[in-house]
Amino acid sequence: MQLALTILVDGLSYASWLFIVALGLTLVFGVLKILNIAHGSFYALGAYMAASAVALATDWNLPPYFSLLAMLLAAVMLAALVAPLTERGLLRFFYGRDEVLLVLVTYALFLMLEDITKLIWGANPYYVSEPYGLFGNIDIGSQSYVGYDLLLVVLAGLVGGLVWWGLNRTRFGKIVTAVIHSPEIAASMGIKVSRVYMVAFAIGLFLAALGGAFTAPMISVQPGVSVGVIIISFAVVIIGGLGSIEGAAIGALIVGMARAMAVHLMPVAELFSVYVVMALVLMFRPEGLFQRIQARKI
Amino acid sequence: MGKLLFTAELVLLGCLGAGFFLPKWLQFMLTMAMANGLVSLGLVILMRGGVVAFGQGLMAALGGYTAALVFEHLQWTDALLLPLLGGVTAMLITAPFAPLLARYRGIFFSMLTLALSMVGYGILVKTDSLGGSDGINMGRVTLLGQTLPDAAVSYTLLAVTMCFAAVSLVWAKVFFASTRGLVTRAIRDNELRVEYMGGSVAQTMAINFVLAAFLAGMGGALAVMALGHIDPNFSYWTTSGEYVFVAILAGSQSVLAVMLSSAVLEVVRSFSSAYFPTTWQFALGLFLLLVIRFLPHGLGSLWRSKSPQDMS
Repeated sequence: MQLALTILVDGLSYASWLFIVALGLTLVFGVLKILNIAHGSFYALGAYMAASAVALATDWNLPPYFSLLAMLLAAVMLAALVAPLTERGLLRFFYGRDEVLLVLVTYALFLMLEDITKLIWGANPYYVSEPYGLFGNIDIGSQSYVGYDLLLVVLAGLVGGLVWWGLNRTRFGKIVTAVIHSPEIAASMGIKVSRVYMVAFAIGLFLAALGGAFTAPMISVQPGVSVGVIIISFAVVIIGGLGSIEGAAIGALIVGMARAMAVHLMPVAELFSVYVVMALVLMFRPEGLFQRIQARKI
Repeated sequence: MGKLLFTAELVLLGCLGAGFFLPKWLQFMLTMAMANGLVSLGLVILMRGGVVAFGQGLMAALGGYTAALVFEHLQWTDALLLPLLGGVTAMLITAPFAPLLARYRGIFFSMLTLALSMVGYGILVKTDSLGGSDGINMGRVTLLGQTLPDAAVSYTLLAVTMCFAAVSLVWAKVFFASTRGLVTRAIRDNELRVEYMGGSVAQTMAINFVLAAFLAGMGGALAVMALGHIDPNFSYWTTSGEYVFVAILAGSQSVLAVMLSSAVLEVVRSFSSAYFPTTWQFALGLFLLLVIRFLPHGLGSLWRSKSPQDMS
């Protein structure tokens, strides 16, 4: 029982940040039809930015709760700076090309960002543990859990709810849906498709950076974090079905739980438990759990 | 056919002759380029059917591990035998998955191959009898029962790899012009029509996949013979990404372009890691972007017609 609870809490907190990151990935794929490998680099950039921002906040002797604000601002700043640069400056030249080729374009971007990150922040790890202790410990039964982990669950719920509301209940959401269905018809109705692309990409990037910023206190921020994250978020969106918010949520939960179970019950399998789940899902639901059936061209 | 064989023989002899006079580092680089090129050649077979596998690194690793294990435990050390064994093992291990994978297209095929290869990577890292994350070493190969003196190793490996590459390239050219090769192209254009005309899409894709595995296993074994070492990083997805890169760089219009692209990648990698040690990934990424942007049909399109014609 105790173990089951530990697995549940571990899995949930892991699933939370994973959901935030995967949501960005699935959003960008849904709108721009790009499966973005560089998403992992944006996550890493978010974590590095947050590390610097928190250090800065500490230097200025701001109250500890400001470090959370600093992390949020770091993600916003990153999205505002890097998204227009990447989308307008690079990706738009490749729209309409084969999906797999676009994956390769973002792979190239990923390689470049790896080195840029290293040039800016160096190869040594950063630790930002201050925010992690902010919320103390919470006792459930005889076990105590870190409050910050549970904050992540709340944050993930909030972010998921906001994105769902934005897509389903606002004018901009309707426009995005129109662009997803047919960019050409949307354009002929007077929608500036390129702007929708840029905003969607910026939101996706922001979510990656946000995920990175809020996990920064839990990990050591160092070169290589991007690689692990991107592969695991791929698994999440593939399990859930590309381009689906519910899918990303369920996928993140499945992956989080699978990993937590592997860590606690069968540590040897930690590395590939996630991929086994992904392979299994794909075998039985080739398009993911939440993908709608599409007509084929004859 | 006769003309093709004659030309191939001439080119091979020319390369073998020229290779002898090259400095050792260049011989090694070319050996690696051609061994990796074989893996990418397998990818080109798949890409002609419209799918890209992101897990060829694992196939290469299967071949490499086979060669290293056979060398160590069975003392079979022949340079001509080991690549074949590597290819056959990769083929046999892959075969059960082929019918399953043949059902997938586009991004799902890529992601599933990636997932399976990462499962393989996880197993390799955790298996102590295979050396875990350190991998295993392999000694010096022999050729037709002869042990190789220090001075001759580098050239012999180059020559052996060249021969394997030449045979594979000729075979690929013939295969692409064969019925199955042409059906593969038709599948990329419209697989439903192929089914209506009585072709089996699933069977064709599965066979292509197994053939690609054979080439990858062979390439992996050749690379390990030259390196003298193999570790699980062979099967990591970033390595698989490099094979995909070479295949995209080559395009599907010319088989020779695959070897050329592989050599180009090897040169870019070596030079950028020598001259920009901290930013060589940046250089590689930039190069990749430029190729995709300005050479959409690959290097092969430089000397073949602009429209994607058949390789015959």
